[in-house]
This record gives sequence, structure tokens and C-alpha cells, in this order.
Amino acid sequence: MISTSVERLLYLVATVLFITGLKQLQSPETARRGNQVSALGMLLAIIVTLLSTKTVTYATIAAGLLVGGALGLYMARSVKMTSMPQMVALLNGVGGGSSLLVATAEFLHLQQTGATASVDVALSTHLGVLIGAVTLTGSAIAWAKLQEVMTGKAIVFGGQKTVNALLFAVIVALASWLIVVPTAPLWAFYALIGLSLLIGVLLVIPIGGADMPVVISLLNSYSGIAAAMTGFVIKSEVLVVSGALVGSSGIILSQIMCKAMNRSLSNVLFGAFGAAAGKSSKTAEGLVAKTTNVEEAALQLAYAQTVIVVPGYGLAVAQAQHQVRELMDLVEKRGGSVKFAIHPVAGRMPGHMNVLLAEANIPYDKLLDMDDINPEFERTDVCLVIGANDVVNPAARTDPSSPIFGMPILNADLAKRCIVMKRGMSAGFAGIENELFYGERTQMLFGDAKGTLSKLVAEVKQV
Amino acid sequence: MSGMDLIGFIVVFILATYLGASLIGRVPPTLHTPLMSGANAVSGITVVGAMAVAGHTDYGRLGTVLGFIAIVFAMMNVVGGYAVTDRMLEMFKKAPGGDK
Repeated sequence: MISTSVERLLYLVATVLFITGLKQLQSPETARRGNQVSALGMLLAIIVTLLSTKTVTYATIAAGLLVGGALGLYMARSVKMTSMPQMVALLNGVGGGSSLLVATAEFLHLQQTGATASVDVALSTHLGVLIGAVTLTGSAIAWAKLQEVMTGKAIVFGGQKTVNALLFAVIVALASWLIVVPTAPLWAFYALIGLSLLIGVLLVIPIGGADMPVVISLLNSYSGIAAAMTGFVIKSEVLVVSGALVGSSGIILSQIMCKAMNRSLSNVLFGAFGAAAGKSSKTAEGLVAKTTNVEEAALQLAYAQTVIVVPGYGLAVAQAQHQVRELMDLVEKRGGSVKFAIHPVAGRMPGHMNVLLAEANIPYDKLLDMDDINPEFERTDVCLVIGANDVVNPAARTDPSSPIFGMPILNADLAKRCIVMKRGMSAGFAGIENELFYGERTQMLFGDAKGTLSKLVAEVKQV
Repeated sequence: MSGMDLIGFIVVFILATYLGASLIGRVPPTLHTPLMSGANAVSGITVVGAMAVAGHTDYGRLGTVLGFIAIVFAMMNVVGGYAVTDRMLEMFKKAPGGDK
């Protein structure tokens, strides 16, 4: 058993380990160690709590730690890298759920003992309940959309915003009642929980599948803020600091995602983008796309000095990352250089494409961010676009009437030659026609990504 | 919580938010997915609160049940988050020789 001061000091050490871990995530070389340092901090926090004089029974704790730990480990080991957004959504959800349960238990405990909570404890309890509940059900919906258990399309109904606003007003009223009148009936608290769970569902269903990266980042932030609120309730510095760290990280990632899509956060959250396919501002009438075949494309790649690959989510869906790496190896063996241009929203969550390519053993220093690679397209012999569409649509640069005008894109159209691998001429997520496909220097290579890439690899080998 | 205590906690919360923002702002986009899953694991720190509930007899039977589920949830978040982040970061490798 340790004294309260020692306990607080050790929690402080854990906090410092979290911060150091985050700092080491700033470089791919130290990132893995950083994650381990952070995990060490968590282990320390758990051990300190076990040794705390406030802990008197151990059976429930031990059972909980074992069951939760085993489930977590199983999930982490078995999840496919393509399913990482779902995994993170799930983890956000259980984190928020945990904060919700702790806040609930604290509230019920106070009620039983008949003590009156001070205003600040009561306020943080209800905030913890609200944010924790929204994180739990919101993440569940995000998971279902990403897992395609439910439709990825935005679900909208008349008066949706009014319903949400009313619900929110009732939640605020209930919380205020519970804070001001400590003798308020218990059903008010249960109603607060129920309505908070409901509003979590209602907030996420009108958001389309393509916007899920932002939603996941935001829910990540909420799970942190919920933890911080729990920290206010149980007066724990380590919870407040860690919660605040995660809270700000989620907000920053959501902002980065929004910027990459040229949309405001409120537009993503309330704009119901993707409820119906957008109208294209220009039709493809009168325009003819040039097609090419595998043999021709292989020749161009084999003799190219500089190649930039623009991978889109279509590549990940086709599970063709390994074929891309083979192609990269072949071109490099012939003396060419291959780089990858990664758009921030190339995957289904921030940095998702980088993880998928790393899994295929493509070195991370070949993966370049939009700002770093864009000046290089003009000097590039061949740009190979695989399963990407809106992120290479020049209309974002040139056509003010286009719905994606102003969105930062990869300048694939500026390369000396551009080969676009695609299944067919269908429009992208945003439902917009892509001028790149009809460009002077563009050739379309139709077929599924995996099959076509395998054939390309075989052809380049023979050149 | 006394007034002074509360203000202390608010100060800590605000400073930590700014610290988090400045730390995260410098993480390269290539690491954003592991960053998110790793940060996620940190938010599993609610396990400390959950253990306080489950390890205490005052909370009654309902408290023990809530505390147990809260620990399971938080531990899924903690172990799942750290383990999957480690799995991802293990895959990040530099080009042989370290140059292009």
C-alpha cells in the first residue's frame, strides 16, 4: 500500500510517459518505441491503482483486466489492415462507453450515500455521461457504416436538425435540473443517459461513408474529452491530462481531414454530403477517353526514368498493394525511380494508405505527402493512377463551378504521361465527372486493379 | 472539490490541450493512423476510474457490475490500441541503405 502523495507522483510519471510517447510518434524511426513508452505509462497507472489504499477488493478488477485485455489483444492481432478504420471506431466506442459507465457509477454512488455533489462535480458527471454516450453509439454507427453492415449513404429525414436540436435542449434541461435540484428523481438521470445514447446515433447517421475519416477523428477526440470529464469527477490529474491530450489530437486530425476535402467541419457534420449522387457540373458528352492496353503501358513503365504512383482506395479494396510493390521493384531494377503520392483522404482514415503500403513492404520514405510531391509531377515521365478519382480531378483547380473546386488535389494531369487504371468510366465518390480521363496525355487502362497489375508485372519482366 | 482545486484542474486541462495540439501538429501524415490508434489507447486511462469503482465495496452490487464492464471496455481500448499500433509501426521500414 502506498500513500496518496506517492500515488499522485507515480501518476505524474505515467503522464510524463504518455507525453514522451506522443513526442516520439513525430518520427517513423522512434514511433514504435514511443508507443511502447506510452504503454509502459499505462501499465504503471494500472499498477499504482491496484496498490492504492482505496482499492479493497481485487476479484472484479482482476476479472475485468483479464477479459478486456484478452479481447483487446485478440482484436489487435486478428484485424486486417484494411479494416483499421472500423477497429479504431470500435476502440473509440468502448473508451467512451467506459467513461460513461464510470460517470454513471459515481453518480449513483453519490445518490445512495445521500451526499450532495458540488456543482462542478455534478456538471462534469453529466458532461461525462453525455460525451461518453455519444462516443459509444456514434462509434457503433460509424463502425456499422464502415463495415457495410448498414448503408454508407447519409440517412436524412425531414426536420432532422430540429429533432436533434430539441433532443439536445431536453438533455441540457435534464442536466440542469439534476445539478440545481440534487433531490431530482433518478429517472431524470436515466433519461439523460438514454437521450445521450440516442443523439449519438442521430448525429452520425446523416454523415456519408466518404466522410467517415472526419467522424472517426472527431469521435477519437470525444473519447479523450469523456476521459478528462471522468477525471474531473474522480479528481484525477492523470485522467484530465491524458484525456485532454487525446481530445486535442482528435480535433487536429479532423481539421486536417476537412482541409484536405476543402469542407468545413460543420459542412461535414451537418451537410448530409453523399445522400444522393451529386450532379456533375460538366458532362462527358463529346469527349473521348483514350484507352491503352497492358503491353503498351508496360513498355512506358519499363522505359520511364521517373514514375509516380497515385494509389486510391480502389487499390486497397482490390488488395493489390503487393502487386504494386512488385511493379516498383521491377522499375527500380531497370534504373527508374518510383515514388508514391499520398492524398490525405486516400484511405478511409488519416494515414490509412500509408499503413496499407507499409504492410506491402513499401519503404515509408517513398511515400510522399501532397505538398511534397506536387511540384514533381511536371518532371515525371509516367504517373500511374490506381483506383483514385476525385483526388486527381483537375476541375478542383480549374473549374469554379465544380462542387470540388478548391479541394487540394494531386497534379497527376501535369505529368508527361498519365495512365489511369480503373474498372470503368464511373464517377467517383463525389459523383463528379473527371476531366483527367479525357486529357491529352492520359490513357485509360480498364480492368480490376489486381489482375491488371499482375499482367503489367509479367509484361514489364519481359521487356 | 474546493474552488481552488477546481481551478487547478481546469488549468491542467487547458495546458494539456495546448500541449497535445503542439505535439500532434508535428506528427507526419504518414503516421496519422498509428497516431490515432495510439492516442486512442491513452484515452483508455479511464481504466483507472473504472478500477476505483470496481475495487470499492461502497458502490454496491450495481456499482460492481458497472465497474466490471467499464474495466473490460477500457482494457479493450488500452490493450487493443497499443497492440494494433505496435503491429502497424513494426511494418514501417526505411528503404534499404536509407536513401533513394
